[in-house]
Amino acid sequence: MRHALIGAFLAAAAAVPGFANDYTIMAPASPGGGWDSTARTMQEVMQAEGISGSVQVTNVPGAGGTVGLAQFVASSSGDPSQLIVGGYVMVGAILTNASPVSLADVTPVARLTGEAVAIVVPAESPIQDIKGLVDAMVADPGAVSWAGGSAGGVDHITVGLLAKAAGIDPTKINYVAFSGGGEATAAILGNQVTAGISGLGEFLPQVEAGTMRLLAVSSDARLDGVDAPTLSEAGYDVVVQNWRMVAAAPGLSDEQKAQVLADIDKLAKSAGWQKALADKGWADTYLAGADFEAQLAKEIESTSAILKDIGLVQ
Amino acid sequence: MDTFAFLLQGLATAFEPMMLLYALIGVTLGTAVGVLPGIGPALTVALLLPVTYGLDAAGSLIMFAGIYYGGMYGGSTTSILLNTPGESASVITALEGNKMARAGRGGPALATAAIGSFVAGLIATLMLAFLAPHVVKLALVFGPREYFALMVLAFVTVSAAFGESALRGLVSLFIGLALAMVGIDQLTGQTRLAFGVPQLLDGIEVTTLAVAMFALGEALFVAAQGPDGGPGILAIKGRVRMTVQDWARSWKAWLRGTAIGFPIGSMPAGGADIASFLSYAAERNLTKHPEEFGKGAIEGVAGPEAANNAAAAGTLVPLLTLGLPTTATAAIMLAGFQQFGLQPGPLLFASAPQLVWGLIASLLVANVMLLVLNLPLIRFWILLLRIPQPWLYGGILVFATLGTLGVNPSPVELAMLVIFGTMGYLMRLFNYPIAPVVVGLILGPMAEQQLRRALSISQGDWTTLVQSPIAAVLLLLAAVALIVPMILRARGRGDALSQIGAAED
Repeated sequence: MRHALIGAFLAAAAAVPGFANDYTIMAPASPGGGWDSTARTMQEVMQAEGISGSVQVTNVPGAGGTVGLAQFVASSSGDPSQLIVGGYVMVGAILTNASPVSLADVTPVARLTGEAVAIVVPAESPIQDIKGLVDAMVADPGAVSWAGGSAGGVDHITVGLLAKAAGIDPTKINYVAFSGGGEATAAILGNQVTAGISGLGEFLPQVEAGTMRLLAVSSDARLDGVDAPTLSEAGYDVVVQNWRMVAAAPGLSDEQKAQVLADIDKLAKSAGWQKALADKGWADTYLAGADFEAQLAKEIESTSAILKDIGLVQ
Repeated sequence: MDTFAFLLQGLATAFEPMMLLYALIGVTLGTAVGVLPGIGPALTVALLLPVTYGLDAAGSLIMFAGIYYGGMYGGSTTSILLNTPGESASVITALEGNKMARAGRGGPALATAAIGSFVAGLIATLMLAFLAPHVVKLALVFGPREYFALMVLAFVTVSAAFGESALRGLVSLFIGLALAMVGIDQLTGQTRLAFGVPQLLDGIEVTTLAVAMFALGEALFVAAQGPDGGPGILAIKGRVRMTVQDWARSWKAWLRGTAIGFPIGSMPAGGADIASFLSYAAERNLTKHPEEFGKGAIEGVAGPEAANNAAAAGTLVPLLTLGLPTTATAAIMLAGFQQFGLQPGPLLFASAPQLVWGLIASLLVANVMLLVLNLPLIRFWILLLRIPQPWLYGGILVFATLGTLGVNPSPVELAMLVIFGTMGYLMRLFNYPIAPVVVGLILGPMAEQQLRRALSISQGDWTTLVQSPIAAVLLLLAAVALIVPMILRARGRGDALSQIGAAED
């Protein structure tokens, strides 16, 4: 019902002609990463679909997006043409870095895409399923080393949540952070660690080639073409999605907010965006407006709790 | 079809006139951005990715290949002529290269860099074509403890031969290590030494430090000498081309650089910078002209430049065989593959042979094109040194500042540039070597993280470091490199070594 209302409102807003806004999208990361490619894909599609006449992308890398976020909050207030891309990693980074600005200082617009986290072991590992892995952790948490992305990031948080769900002390987990970019994958392939955790897309080619065994995924339901149970199915109440979102400047009027929302909605529903998602293998997890804000608040709360449990945030 | 037939087919594609044009655009752009400090090949490929949407897969890959190799090569030009390294892998080139340029031997220095890059690129690309599946198996054996041992070897070999100035060298190294601590700790996510400045959270950018220390520090030093002082630059002395002796001294260094660079580049946590350091250390130890090191020894340019290009080809080994991007540029090339609906990974060689071989063939073409483009340009490049010193250094300052700020436009970055520039000036004034600071900043975090990862995996058991045969051998080599010079010195044979260490700025 609520979706229908928003939809109708958005359709009405979109029907008003002459609203080809110019946008500047900040990617708070270096060129080439996930946020940067999200921003640049948005740029492409918004221009190609005529949603906006001119879209610029700027990169402000650093500290899980918090450097860019701070600059965005400081310089964009009240300007409806400024957008910033971000994601779940930012939620954790804001907490671990004790960032002076947070997502409460911007206007979240919509979640655009997302990816489940996958848990794997090297093909030679004696561990056959997720239960075997968790049992090994119960026996001796330190003996199970996990290779994953940056400390306090989505991979680390998922391991913490899994430990908690299995009744293991999250401060005891042996999480080895790698600086992304395939280094963690190399450590798993080289049999250097017990298990690995990262975005599903990063592991799938290895799983298909038979060099890794996929034990579980963190999605809320089974994924098409992925032969592994979800963590909830396996009996651990953990659902994690590494999502990417777009937010607008702080201090916008309701009208300006509605206009940005309308443009992003048009983007998310356009054929060009759907094609780009398919090409890049990104899942469409579009969630906009108040629904997204409610979901975001919930995740910030649970992330904050688990980071305290792991001991990364006091 | 066998490997060779695939390669020929790839070459046929790469030699089509349009493809040659793309390759030319690629190497030109690559060289240009390699020359600009701060703007690396990763950024260029990222910015050009949307441009290639209109091209076919082969065309855009050829362009990427050109940018990739061009960027690796371009960095050497400014290192040699202006003492301003464009990226971290050409920091070491500046050591001997700039000394040569000042002595009027800029032509041979640039030539040995260009030809060395070509030779290394050629051999390494062929190794990529024929040996990739085997090399990658070796590379995967390297885990945290083996990487740590490799870093220790690099530390020791780069800093051990400081001769008389061992203390000064170590002081510089430790300044670099201290600077390396700044920012978020990778393994725990906690902040160190950032003092609440958000721009410091990601640590100190290597290019900012290198440009400040080398270029700014030197400009200040020259300015402080007054109008009549200064070391003076001789634009051209002797031939612009390499002499027979230059060739004789270079070719072994090229081959050794390639042999060091390719395997290290193939390692997921290796990299062109480590390869260039190790190559420099090797040349310094093996040279028959130790007295020239630190004053412009051609081997010291030939080896590292070959090593960084070979490492660039090596980086493609894990990318093509495992789908693992191990550098920023490789990560963006991965995105380029995905744009054409290809999923790089363990199956890529089997599922899209045309494209993989097309890429390898275009790397060969790009390599030849770079040489053809750059050798004749050397004459023009060295004219830069004819510019009167005040103008030249003024230009270097503008160029260095723009390059650094262009990538990271923030006042904090500018402040860092000035502070480190002043530091570089003071270190020069008091005769402290500068390169170890940069080496410390690059290797410090890697060594620290790998050590902590290794200990985390072994649950705190230090013996893990010598339980792996590879790690044990590397550590042993490091120990030998540390102890042998000490013994030599104790026996009174330290003259050669102290000469090596002299005048090492």
